[in-house]
Amino acid sequence: MADNVSMLDTETKHTEGLDAIAQEMLARLDKELVGLKPVKTRIREIASLLVIDRLRREHGLVAESPSLHMCFTGNPGTGKTTVALRMAEILHRLGYSRKGHLVTATRDDLVGQYVGHTAPKTKEVLKRAMGGVLFIDEAYYLYRPENERDYGQEAIEILLQVMENNRDDLVVILAGYKDRMERFFQGNPGMKSRITHHIDFPDYTVDELMEIAKLMLANQHYRLSPAAEQALRLYIERRMAQPNFANARSIRNALERARLRHASRLLASGKRPLTKDDLMTIEPEEILASRVMRDDNDGMLQQAS
Amino acid sequence: MHLTQGTFSYLPPLTDEEIRAQVQYALDRGWSVAIEYTDDPHPRNVYWSLWGLPMFDVTDAAAVMMELEQCRKANPNLYIRISAYDRSKGRQTTALSFIVNRPAHEPGFHLERTDFADRQIRYTVRSYAANRPIGMRYRDDG
Ligand SMILES: Nc1ncnc2c1ncn2[C@@H]1O[C@H](COP(=O)(O)OP(=O)(O)OP(=O)(O)O)[C@@H](O)[C@H]1O
Ligand SMILES: [Mg+2]
Repeated sequence: MADNVSMLDTETKHTEGLDAIAQEMLARLDKELVGLKPVKTRIREIASLLVIDRLRREHGLVAESPSLHMCFTGNPGTGKTTVALRMAEILHRLGYSRKGHLVTATRDDLVGQYVGHTAPKTKEVLKRAMGGVLFIDEAYYLYRPENERDYGQEAIEILLQVMENNRDDLVVILAGYKDRMERFFQGNPGMKSRITHHIDFPDYTVDELMEIAKLMLANQHYRLSPAAEQALRLYIERRMAQPNFANARSIRNALERARLRHASRLLASGKRPLTKDDLMTIEPEEILASRVMRDDNDGMLQQAS
Repeated sequence: MHLTQGTFSYLPPLTDEEIRAQVQYALDRGWSVAIEYTDDPHPRNVYWSLWGLPMFDVTDAAAVMMELEQCRKANPNLYIRISAYDRSKGRQTTALSFIVNRPAHEPGFHLERTDFADRQIRYTVRSYAANRPIGMRYRDDG
């Protein structure tokens, strides 16, 4: 009897440990990634399932390990790669993946140039990813229906086989734009049915992009002056309307350029000594100097800076 | 006859779970693991064929087990071994090597004694299986 009680105690502690890890990881995700509500919700659900499964197993209940292959769809710069990396870490910490590394692959890594070249290439990548997560960016390039001799189909077949037979050994995440991914699945229903989680990454709003900008700056020990904040908001609104807008990545690039201008301004100003405040604060000039902010629309429509 | 070579040769054959654990041990030490097979059981045979390439970038034993399964499917009745190669410290040597598959029937070795000067004897060990040509050894019909 006494034995039973103490056993229950350690069991509960064990699972509480896992629960605490899950809570900590989710809290960090919330703090470090802005927005992405549907993505975070799904990650929370998966984490809960893994914690509960552990608890069920401890009580001798059946807890078949779930299939966690996923598909991330969304526009450029919406955080797909970033979340995939986090996912690898979360699955590892929650005991689902043994290693927790992420192997990134595109068509070129999987598909060969001649007969007999594809299978070893695809298997090589799959073997490297085992114990972790395989992230296939722009997965639809694997499938080229217009060329019936295309070796991509061979890579897809090997992938399908391993996704099915080695479910406990690796998690496959496919990523790409939504419409193209849809078309890819139409041509490969077997792939669609093996993927349990289809997660859509929405575009960011202006407010979210502002928040992302501040987060990126804070991580690098910069900040915006109040006037610069207004300028940046204006910049984002304009940039969003232009071609090749890549959500958070465009923001990151804009901030990189702002840093350059900030450094040039400080050196050119002749002000000495430069205070810590000077070194940290981005002023509106840094943002207004962008081609996006110029009034003549010629510059704007060409490659946005 | 039961051929014994390499690490763990004093143990009964390892189960797949034990093989997996040994492979993971090797990978965790940064050793690269290779799968080799042969139909010549002579202890001095160093010419085992490689199954694919040594697995340099693999971190999880599942990958090796997947290859082993395929190698077994292709060569169910041959000797297959797993070797782990330690390239650290310029050692350039096999750190671990053990048999993971063997023919259903192992006919064993013939020991030949040759007399020469002063009543000395030279010994030669010859596998019965190797009397047949390559490709014909360890087949069901013999
Ligand atoms: N929600 C977010 N919060 C903070 N930073 C973000 C967020 N989403 C993306 N980022 C940042 O934006 C950049 C681009 O993100 P990422 O590379 O993950 O996008 P992606 O969806 O993979 O794009 P692509 O489809 O072009 O590959 C990264 O530097 C990342 O840190
Ligand atoms: Mg990406």
